[in-house]
Amino acid sequence: MASKFETPEVRKFPVIPKLENSATSHLSPFKSKQEFQSSLGYPGELVENWQEKAIDKMGDLLGKYRSLRVYLDSCIQCGACTDKCHYYQGTKDPNNMPVGRQNLMRGVYRRYFTLPGKYFPKLVGATDLTKEVLDDWYSYYHQCSQCRRCAVFCPIGIDTAEISMAAREVMDSIGVGQKYCNEIIGKVHKIGNNLGLPEPALADTLEGLEEDVLDDTEVDVKFPLDVKDSEVLLVTPSADFFAEPHVDGLIGYAKVFHQAGISWTLSSHASEAANFGMFIGSYDNMKKLAMRIREAALELNVKRIVFGECGHAWRVAYSFLNTLAGPFDFLDPRYPVPQHICEITNGLIDQNVLHFDKSANDDMTLTYHDSCNVARASSMGGIMGGQFTIPRKIIQTVANNFYDMDDETIREKTYCCGGGGGLLTDDLMELRVKGALPRMEALKHLIEEKGVTHMAAICAICKSQFSKVFQYYDLELDQIVSLHQLVSNALIMNKKEV
Amino acid sequence: MSFVTILYAALFYFAATILFVGLAYRVYEYAKIPAPLKIPTPPAPMTQRGVAIRIFREVVFFESLFSATKWTWLFSWIFHLALLLAALRHLKYFTDPVWFWVSSELVQVAGHYAAYLMLAGLLGLFARRVFVDRVRYISSPSDYLILVLIIAIAGSGLMMKWFPSDILAIKLFFVGLLTFNFSELPSDAVLLIHLSLVIALMIIFPYSKLLHAPGLFFSPTRNQVDNARSKRHVADWAKRMESTK
Repeated sequence: MASKFETPEVRKFPVIPKLENSATSHLSPFKSKQEFQSSLGYPGELVENWQEKAIDKMGDLLGKYRSLRVYLDSCIQCGACTDKCHYYQGTKDPNNMPVGRQNLMRGVYRRYFTLPGKYFPKLVGATDLTKEVLDDWYSYYHQCSQCRRCAVFCPIGIDTAEISMAAREVMDSIGVGQKYCNEIIGKVHKIGNNLGLPEPALADTLEGLEEDVLDDTEVDVKFPLDVKDSEVLLVTPSADFFAEPHVDGLIGYAKVFHQAGISWTLSSHASEAANFGMFIGSYDNMKKLAMRIREAALELNVKRIVFGECGHAWRVAYSFLNTLAGPFDFLDPRYPVPQHICEITNGLIDQNVLHFDKSANDDMTLTYHDSCNVARASSMGGIMGGQFTIPRKIIQTVANNFYDMDDETIREKTYCCGGGGGLLTDDLMELRVKGALPRMEALKHLIEEKGVTHMAAICAICKSQFSKVFQYYDLELDQIVSLHQLVSNALIMNKKEV
Repeated sequence: MSFVTILYAALFYFAATILFVGLAYRVYEYAKIPAPLKIPTPPAPMTQRGVAIRIFREVVFFESLFSATKWTWLFSWIFHLALLLAALRHLKYFTDPVWFWVSSELVQVAGHYAAYLMLAGLLGLFARRVFVDRVRYISSPSDYLILVLIIAIAGSGLMMKWFPSDILAIKLFFVGLLTFNFSELPSDAVLLIHLSLVIALMIIFPYSKLLHAPGLFFSPTRNQVDNARSKRHVADWAKRMESTK
């Protein structure tokens, strides 16, 4: 396990920390093994002429992604982003300042792709791609959760996520992959979901859930799997099938569908919403993973695709799915493709189909954590800012006690949970705990000021991350809840059908 | 023709070629490289008009920078505004007859005082590079040198108030460059220093971080319409992966 480390101090008035060089240079996730690498089409270990290959790959990506090229050229080194990253705030490592992180690649870009860098490397901060630089890449491009908070503040809109994705793609192409992401992608290709949960186990789990809900509510809520001709294909993160508090969210979706009389199904072929292809910057892998959803929708002959609570999944779904796996002209054209479960619930609230007993959530005083990829890389409801207003509206419809955290830490300025972007792995626990600091500070202030007891989220990674790191900040793991868990608690079910 | 005139005429043609061809080539490159995925940051406009408004606000007010850090915003906004005012004042050296609004007292006086503003802004930016540990960490020699270069341009330009040259002759020289009707350049030291520094700036522009100027217009997080669910955006290079299923 990871070496011992100290949980950062929760400060009453957070100030920008002073730099501590190489504070987290020792943090690197486990490297991917031969078998995981080759199943994704990457070399199994560092190739012989890796330097040359890496520069070639960079050149390839520079010609494919305008973002990468423009962002490597355009940085003014103005410093606006330097204090914006949660990992910088938690670790104080200068390479965790967004521009510091970018410069690890920008130096190499300048050296091999620009005139001044070729002739005057020292002058413009250009660096050779040495083994040390590669090690720094591996370490610090896996200390970026691709949350894009820096991109909101950058005067040019430079998005460090674009650069860290490219860096990971370059490293994969020379045989330096990350175990956590690549092993998981392999599982999805082979079995259908991140957890490697095969179809019979999944069916079994869902049956168990049906029994649980029947016991609790006396309503026969179904959790259908592979049911053809359903109205809705629900694609949800596999953590929803058994992790806490995720599963309570899944129960919430099922109750909503049940109560609204919408027929729905899960798919064993596409039993995973998350698309880790994005984390490693691989268009090919991302497309392959996205195609499963298209295939499942065709096979099951559904009319709509709905995504469960999952941040990065929703980014890929909202912003990329149509491009990667469209056109979805075989689905019902009256609905956007895909929809978010919050859009479904919100629509049903507006149509007065769902009714709630808000007092069912009175044992909680709630706040809401805007998950980074929902907040900064997607939207909801076809309106600007819908990704902020719709989840809050749902919470306030199903619960009485709600407060927002500090304005600088929510909506488009929200902080990542500390575990996004392919970093939700035990070998990076120190980073995860330290990166959670800004969110923990905002939450703890609200706990003190307003007596908040629980924080709701709509992202599987956020929920897993918080339920793990809360203990480091003297919070209980069940203080993180699923948004649809709140819906589930308060939804008045029609019991006649039993 | 004096040697100085021939030298500076040649240098200006050379620098202008680098600047304009270089910039045009960069813009061509940026335009040619596809943006294969939709990545606008919030608040993401849902129409092309919304995007135009967003870019306008970024270019004119530095809106994102304002939300990030007030001091850097203040210094850089003052500097860029002063740069614009100074540039407008200098149009009188390149137009014949001078456009009426350029010759207006407002533009000429504002352009003059802009030099002080510009220096104030630049010195502020320089100070933050030296004194803020985070900015000092990310600064390479070229970051300081570019600031020094522009400070020197503003300073030498301002010096001409006390070391005046024959303004009419300067104008004839530049209009002559534009119309290939060459005329003598006065060989006053301060003027020649000022012009040499400007030539240096023109040459480094397409090879430096000054590319942030065109870069902003090509930044996908800022220039994209949020319409990914209703419209596909398949890059040419991604089309080979398109399936027919």
